[in-house]
Amino acid sequence: MENELAQKNLIDVLVVGGGISGIQASLDLANSGFKVYLIDKSPAIGGKMSQLDKTFPSNDCSMCIESPKFNECSRHPNISIMTYTEVGAVKGKPGNFKVTLVKKPRYVVESKCTGCNICAEYCPVKVPDQYNQNLSTNKAIHIYFSQALPLIPYIDPKTCLYLKDGSCAICEGVCKPRAIDLHQEEEEIEVEVGAIVLSPGFETFDPKLRTDFGYGVMENVVTSLDYERILCSTGPYEGTIRRPSDKKHPEKIAWIQCVGSRQVTPGGNSYCSAVCCAYTQKQVILTKDHDAGMEATIFHNDIRAFGKDFERFYQRAEKLPDVRFIRSYVSVGKEIPDSKNVTIRYSTPDEGVKEEEFDMVVLSVGLNPPSDVQGLATTFGIELNEHGFCKTKPSNAIETSRPGIFVSGAFIGPVDIPESVVAASGANALCSELLSYRRGDLSREREYPEEKDVSEEDIRIGVVTCLCGANIGRVVDTPSVAAYAATLPGVVYSEENLFACSTENAQLIADAIVKHNLNRVVLAACTPRTHEPLFRDTCREAGLNQYFFEFANIREHCSWVHSKDKEGATQKAKDIIRMSVARAAHLEPLEEFQLPVNPAVLVIGGGLAGMTSALSMANIGFEVYLLEKSSDLGGMARRIHYTIDGFDVQPYLVDLVSKVYRHPSIHVYLDAIITEASGYVGNFTTTVKTEGQVKVIDHGAAIIATGAEEYKPTEYLYGTDDKVLTSLELEDHIVRRDEKVVNSQSLVMIQCVGCRQADRNYCSRVCCNQSIKNALKMREMNPEMDIYILFRDMRTYGLKEDYYREASSKDIKFIRYEATDKPLVEAATEGGQPIIRVTVTDPILGQKLAIDADLLVLAAAIIPSPSTQGIAKLFKTATSPDGFFQEAHVKLRPVDFAADGVFLCGLAHYPKHITETISQAYGAAGRAINLLSKDTVTASGAVCEVEEEDCVSCGACITCCAYGAIEFKDTPRGKKATVNPVLCKGDGLCNAKCPTQAIKLKHYTDDEIFSQIDASVPDDERPHCPGAADCGSGCKK
Amino acid sequence: MAFVLRAFANGADGVFIGGCWLGECHYVTEGNYDALSMMHLSRKVLEQVGINPQRLRLEWIAGSEGMRYAEVMNDFGRKLKELGPIGVAEGISKDGLKLKFQAVKKILPFLKLVERERLRVRFKTEEEYNQYFSSDEVNKLISELVADKLAISQITTLLGEKPLSTREISEILHLEASDVARYLNSTARQGLVRYDTSHKQYAIA
Repeated sequence: MENELAQKNLIDVLVVGGGISGIQASLDLANSGFKVYLIDKSPAIGGKMSQLDKTFPSNDCSMCIESPKFNECSRHPNISIMTYTEVGAVKGKPGNFKVTLVKKPRYVVESKCTGCNICAEYCPVKVPDQYNQNLSTNKAIHIYFSQALPLIPYIDPKTCLYLKDGSCAICEGVCKPRAIDLHQEEEEIEVEVGAIVLSPGFETFDPKLRTDFGYGVMENVVTSLDYERILCSTGPYEGTIRRPSDKKHPEKIAWIQCVGSRQVTPGGNSYCSAVCCAYTQKQVILTKDHDAGMEATIFHNDIRAFGKDFERFYQRAEKLPDVRFIRSYVSVGKEIPDSKNVTIRYSTPDEGVKEEEFDMVVLSVGLNPPSDVQGLATTFGIELNEHGFCKTKPSNAIETSRPGIFVSGAFIGPVDIPESVVAASGANALCSELLSYRRGDLSREREYPEEKDVSEEDIRIGVVTCLCGANIGRVVDTPSVAAYAATLPGVVYSEENLFACSTENAQLIADAIVKHNLNRVVLAACTPRTHEPLFRDTCREAGLNQYFFEFANIREHCSWVHSKDKEGATQKAKDIIRMSVARAAHLEPLEEFQLPVNPAVLVIGGGLAGMTSALSMANIGFEVYLLEKSSDLGGMARRIHYTIDGFDVQPYLVDLVSKVYRHPSIHVYLDAIITEASGYVGNFTTTVKTEGQVKVIDHGAAIIATGAEEYKPTEYLYGTDDKVLTSLELEDHIVRRDEKVVNSQSLVMIQCVGCRQADRNYCSRVCCNQSIKNALKMREMNPEMDIYILFRDMRTYGLKEDYYREASSKDIKFIRYEATDKPLVEAATEGGQPIIRVTVTDPILGQKLAIDADLLVLAAAIIPSPSTQGIAKLFKTATSPDGFFQEAHVKLRPVDFAADGVFLCGLAHYPKHITETISQAYGAAGRAINLLSKDTVTASGAVCEVEEEDCVSCGACITCCAYGAIEFKDTPRGKKATVNPVLCKGDGLCNAKCPTQAIKLKHYTDDEIFSQIDASVPDDERPHCPGAADCGSGCKK
Repeated sequence: MAFVLRAFANGADGVFIGGCWLGECHYVTEGNYDALSMMHLSRKVLEQVGINPQRLRLEWIAGSEGMRYAEVMNDFGRKLKELGPIGVAEGISKDGLKLKFQAVKKILPFLKLVERERLRVRFKTEEEYNQYFSSDEVNKLISELVADKLAISQITTLLGEKPLSTREISEILHLEASDVARYLNSTARQGLVRYDTSHKQYAIA
């Protein structure tokens, strides 16, 4: 027993903070064979992402893409979630930390609570709802938000009447499972931990600190996070856009950018928060979706659309009717007493300062370090940077200053969701390196009894009708529904259940399966989206194939939407159950098959990204095959000598290259060209021509890190005048201390050369920093030089903003130009010397300005590597409209491909800085480890299958399958389509295309669906069959 | 399409198809574009057999748009009530309906072929689909390729029950007698039906 207890408190990795980054870190670690504790100080996991309405630039519903991960975490045998929990102390060293966890009392016993929310209904105390940014009210006891995990309420001790003065305990009385414990106390738990991942996230900037924005004083001034809630269908106004003062639809909204960011005045942050430009554009687009007539005005400084697809996203917002982007500093004027409208003063180029009235003002607030960040730093013994974010090195943004403690998410600095997710996966790679010796020791797998064979049995369906507390029971007459279900064909067991999902009651269902020898189970309850995995599991535990489980949703589809029509709802519940029972009778047991995984990885591209991934994976113990198309490792990093934050790249690169060459598990192939690639997740075979030989490599995963190139400009005299260089060429001259360059009197840099234009409609992300970096270096070498940077928007996002400010203060002149009025460049002679004359419109004076330059440097675009399309074809991966590789999901699967087993990092994905590349390389490694650390990979049983006899070899299925899962094979009856179940995703498109219904999707067969459609109409209402024999149209016989 | 037809054949007054917004499909196959094409084609077919195509409706509703879903369903329900029960509003008997959908079901493989060979398009916006499927080009194609096939399928389905005269067929199916005669001639030539001279009726060969 004691031993067991010790085991219980011994874990591999503690993840602190349950936002999207902490969730991803936990999942990746747990899937790599580590036992994980995920703790969050909030009552539920989800973090800030759970408060967002949609995510840019794809406008996915934020909760819809995040909440499946909640369930994945909660169901993972190697993840324990502890909410309302903080860390008290951290002692010890890597591999053996001793951590004190402090669990705050939530006054609800988690093991007893079913999440029915009846307590909140009866609670008499209304409190501002924190989740809704205090824009609506909730109760003193409530569930944090409706999809919360755990789905367990907590009591706010500050407002609960009982906890204040003992005057109420209604919740205790109404709670049927007796889960309320008003005497719960704080609990301390000691755990032994191998490594720690810190993902505490961020706080939004509080504009109350700056009285000049009117926030907290003027009702219709809200923050952007408030506005997310206002937009959201689960928000305070149920998804209709209203303003706080009078709940009217605002017709004219202003957004003010950079609130609390890029401000060196007291109370502000000097850095750029990196996410606000894009989220504002998102909010504008969504607002216009809600109300096409709404007028939107965005007061901004630069537009920083530096991320993948952000440029197009900006254009989309900007092109909408009645949307104005105005480049101006602003001040909030006054509140109009009657209308509660708010005025904003701004400057215009033509009319001077104007004051305009708006119905509502949204402050695009920036990202701050987490609250009490000093306390956090002290507890964990880590250092912070000057902005209060976690201090990290340019060569590794995932390591904190204390070994064994890693960081992911916005605690690194202001980043958006994909980078948070990348760092989380990267933390998995680094933890795996540290703890590889104990991987798998503490983790466990679920075990199930042997499955019974029911093929010879009659159909015996069990129907369980769940009351879901009062959620269903109050509206639907469940006793009559259960009685009705018992009369349906094949049903041998029908019961009601107060809460089918509670651990106890799920066990009752499992017992019933055994006792009544059921071979199909229909559960009439809530939604398969959240609960199907649980009940499939219940079936497995009772020895029944999990595909014999069928869900009938009588909550979301019935009781919740028809709460005012009890009779109608009861009838509909019967209809829904009848359909499910009909389908259940046709269900077949399916095998989820296990495929062996080859624990070797192929890394394509020997640049910084590829080498970092390769070395990390080799350190963990996997075999690595590293391909490089040129004759040496290094890639683009060979041309970069220093970074803006002072990282000396070349010594790092030399060291990395030698570590890669020396590592016994890394096999480097130079001059490598891939000629063939075949196979699927876990089992790829790739043929490579390398240094005159042909190698056939078997591998379980592949990482694509093929890099990108610098665009060779055709504009601005590049190539015809040797005084015109690209940024990378300048860097080379600087490093060589080329006298001609160093002694120039006048230097002009032009930004956005070759991108942000029709044929390359994206921002190359790195060039602004690159130019400032070089300008500062030049300034250092030659304090007298005139340096000009001609730019469209300076995109020194994040903490790099400080260098932009430094450059301005060091007399580097920034002149903005418009895309429609590009600088003119001509060769000229001045005082007998050949020079470059650059003419640009000065936006302040409105006049043409001619600059005579000794040197013209072009910030040339980063363009996709020419090998991209070829590799994409070989590995069946997608590419973006701009020609870079396209990840599986821009937010949540940033280094995965839709094709399983293939991962992505570095410039091949999109232009990025060295530090970002390294993080992404660790991220790709972290994802690949997930796959390769398992002996086998499970493929779903719900895949397509071809009935060869019916196949007419038309190929319709093959042409429509974007996963390449179907191909022809030779059979004695000729060519027939055949499905590779490993590649099939079960979307069923081929079913719709097949003219002879020869291809079927298992678990969703025509028979199953037809029976359901037929049952939707009660027997006596169906038309009689006109044909003499059965026409096969489901009519009444 | 088979599912949609099955529901109508069972007497459903309307069929609703819900999907994720274009460009937001979770699968790289992006089948919602295909669904949109299929919906348009199905509506054309409904029109051909005399059923109000508005009984089939497709809407994009994201998982988060519960309110929109409720609004759309309420609206659809209201519109269907205005239309009245299927068949009744169109002047087609229950058996007639059954027969028509059976006839459509028979030519489903052919319809899929038409879709694949002639109507496989991929536009970016819903508007483009609307325009394409209401273009003269598509209407011509439907009337040339699908209309005859459907009529013949209806005739042969009808004759499957019992032999009938040309006039009877034209009355039951609301087709011009001359057209029926033309269809019968061509199917007779293919050997699918035969003329029973003694009863002056056509029957399945």
